[in-house]
Amino acid sequence: MEVKDIRIPNMRYEDFNDNEYLENYVSELREGGVNIFVGKINDFINWGRSNSVWPLTFATSCCGIEFMCVGAARSDFARFGWEVTRNSPRQADVIFVCGTIVHKMAPVLKRLYEQMAEPKYVMAIGGCAISGGPFKSSYHTVMGVDKIIPVDVYIPGCPPRPEAILYGMMQLSRKIKVQNFFKLPDERKKVAESGELKVENGKP
Amino acid sequence: MKKTNMEITEKYLSSLSFATLERRADGMLSVTVPKENLYEVAKFLRHECAEKYNFLFDLVGTDSDNKLGVIYYLSQSAQPEQMLALKTFTADREKPELFSVQDLWDSASVYEREVYDFFGIRFINHPDMRRIFLRADWNGFPLRKDYNADPAVNPVPEKSELISDMERMPSITLKMGERKEETSYVFEKDDYVVNFGPQHPAMHGVLHLRVALDGEIIKKIDPVFGYIHRGIEKMCEAYTYPQMLHLTDRLDYLSGTMNRHALCLCCENALQLEVSERAHYIRTIFDELTRIASHLLGWGCMCMDMGSITAFVYGMRDREKIMDIFEETAGGRLMANYATIGGVARDIHPNFQRRVKELIPYIRKMLKEHHMLFSNNPIARGRMAGIGFLSKEKAISLGATGPSGRASGWHNDLRKISPYAAYGKVNFDEVLRSEGLTYDRYVIRLDEIEQSLRIIEQLIDNIPEGAYAAKTKAVIKLPEGEFFQRVENARGQFGVHITSKGDKTPYRVKFRSPSLTLVGALKAIATESKVADLIMLGASLDYVIPCIDR
Repeated sequence: MEVKDIRIPNMRYEDFNDNEYLENYVSELREGGVNIFVGKINDFINWGRSNSVWPLTFATSCCGIEFMCVGAARSDFARFGWEVTRNSPRQADVIFVCGTIVHKMAPVLKRLYEQMAEPKYVMAIGGCAISGGPFKSSYHTVMGVDKIIPVDVYIPGCPPRPEAILYGMMQLSRKIKVQNFFKLPDERKKVAESGELKVENGKP
Repeated sequence: MKKTNMEITEKYLSSLSFATLERRADGMLSVTVPKENLYEVAKFLRHECAEKYNFLFDLVGTDSDNKLGVIYYLSQSAQPEQMLALKTFTADREKPELFSVQDLWDSASVYEREVYDFFGIRFINHPDMRRIFLRADWNGFPLRKDYNADPAVNPVPEKSELISDMERMPSITLKMGERKEETSYVFEKDDYVVNFGPQHPAMHGVLHLRVALDGEIIKKIDPVFGYIHRGIEKMCEAYTYPQMLHLTDRLDYLSGTMNRHALCLCCENALQLEVSERAHYIRTIFDELTRIASHLLGWGCMCMDMGSITAFVYGMRDREKIMDIFEETAGGRLMANYATIGGVARDIHPNFQRRVKELIPYIRKMLKEHHMLFSNNPIARGRMAGIGFLSKEKAISLGATGPSGRASGWHNDLRKISPYAAYGKVNFDEVLRSEGLTYDRYVIRLDEIEQSLRIIEQLIDNIPEGAYAAKTKAVIKLPEGEFFQRVENARGQFGVHITSKGDKTPYRVKFRSPSLTLVGALKAIATESKVADLIMLGASLDYVIPCIDR
């Protein structure tokens, strides 16, 4: 019973680097069997969700310029349904953490994340957001945003090219597709309870 | 004539019994005065000197030989190539205090807060001695040499700093020999305070403006910085000179090439390293391409802030062409990481000249279109007309360099004043406007793109043969001394100060951010204007926040 489909129309399946990892995840999900009715509704909802992810306009530094390039004419993420950037976290599905997060900004980012409605996703763009990057030895840098909020996709680079950001966005689309929409709150709760903020499902 | 003025100043300074004059390794005149006499000397230089030192370029806090001190870099608007370094020290590390010069130069107000934040030096008679970048609950002063960098001392905070509308500013006053520690309110009791940022879609980064309103008229602006303070200056002290280079690109990422150029020039001058003509030409072309890209983005963002998103898309589209050229030669798009000490990282790509030559007519054509669609658009003109006036005197006093200062008629283009690299060999005009209004600041950027194209046009076919980089030692050690270099980046005068003790790492590095003073200019031009214009006025100054916070 093919309930979970990780193929997305925007990018060829073979072009992804880590299909095996997602296939294992899907087979794990299928182990206990899936109710076909719930499964199909789930697939339908996820089809819609994965094709219209709205990001929050949020950038602290350099990576923000490349994020603007992704939104501008040449790369144009609107063609994948990422459509509009939202200025309020309450209307956004995903937060792109573009740039360094420093001590003074950390609580602000956390609050922005908490203001977003579930289901919500985080993409860490660039070396600074992943681990502190070139500012690792600084006294005022947070060594990776996964220290304060859970991250779904990591995009390395300093700054990453628009193509790399698009690739990361496609990965997030696939992640959304394999999620069980009806069990999302449980998953979040599990992450929060385990005390481990880092979400496993986000390979760079 | 020019020399005599400097001589008069020098004569005056050498007549002072307490002052020590010396010629630094980089040729600049340096005057050390005791802290008690600093204000008096500064006041003379500002007001009574033959040529008034009316431009405070930068303030550099220092911590050497167990003494805390400040270096004031002074310049004149009449003879902008003249620079003077005024130094003072205090041996007191527990309660270091110096006299404030913020009533002499407007820009000193923000610079002194910065020195307080990093070194803990309090300035007497400065009305606002709050920390500027770091949170009020931060322990220690990070740029002091005895700073405890243990992350346990300053952990990542859980909660946002509560900034009250009734926040108080501590200050020390010394009047008639009577010393008083006082506090005063930032805003008045019944002010209506609106917060912009730090996460605001039109704020061009993470700047936080607190604005007191009277109806829709702005009464006072209190900017809060530090949401992207990365501690670059402290990091540099642990890095070798070639390692430092990549951090300069990330200061003002839209003029990264030029910032890097400044640091390279500073090191090369200190080492007395001969850089080939070829490297100079290539660097100049790269600088100008970066300037075009930066101005296109600045223009697009300003139009976007006025409600025209199309302009933003057009600006980004044209910018992509420049990014392609960068990528082909340097390997990086936004961060070219191209200039190195002694030259450039690698030779230009065989396609480089052809693609640049294709770019020039394209940008010219697009400029015409931009003028037709936006500059001459009656709605846009009406929106910009008559607001945001910045007088020339105010611009100089605030240190608002770059296109924003030139729009007020201040001749401050370092490419003309003290030509570096290949700027001495090309013909171009320094675009000056006289009105100092928002429209002038808007249109001056488009006009500067045209001048940049002219520069590139003259250089691109004449890149001389030769080595693209000079041979340097494996470990670069700057000789002992203080070195200083400034270049014109897309936002204004960018400065690098290096104190070297002869090691492979610098002892103190200071970057002068042109954007920091532009926020001061925003305070000046936005007061008394309408709150709806605030974002557009900010965009017309075109500041970059990570460069402010460093």
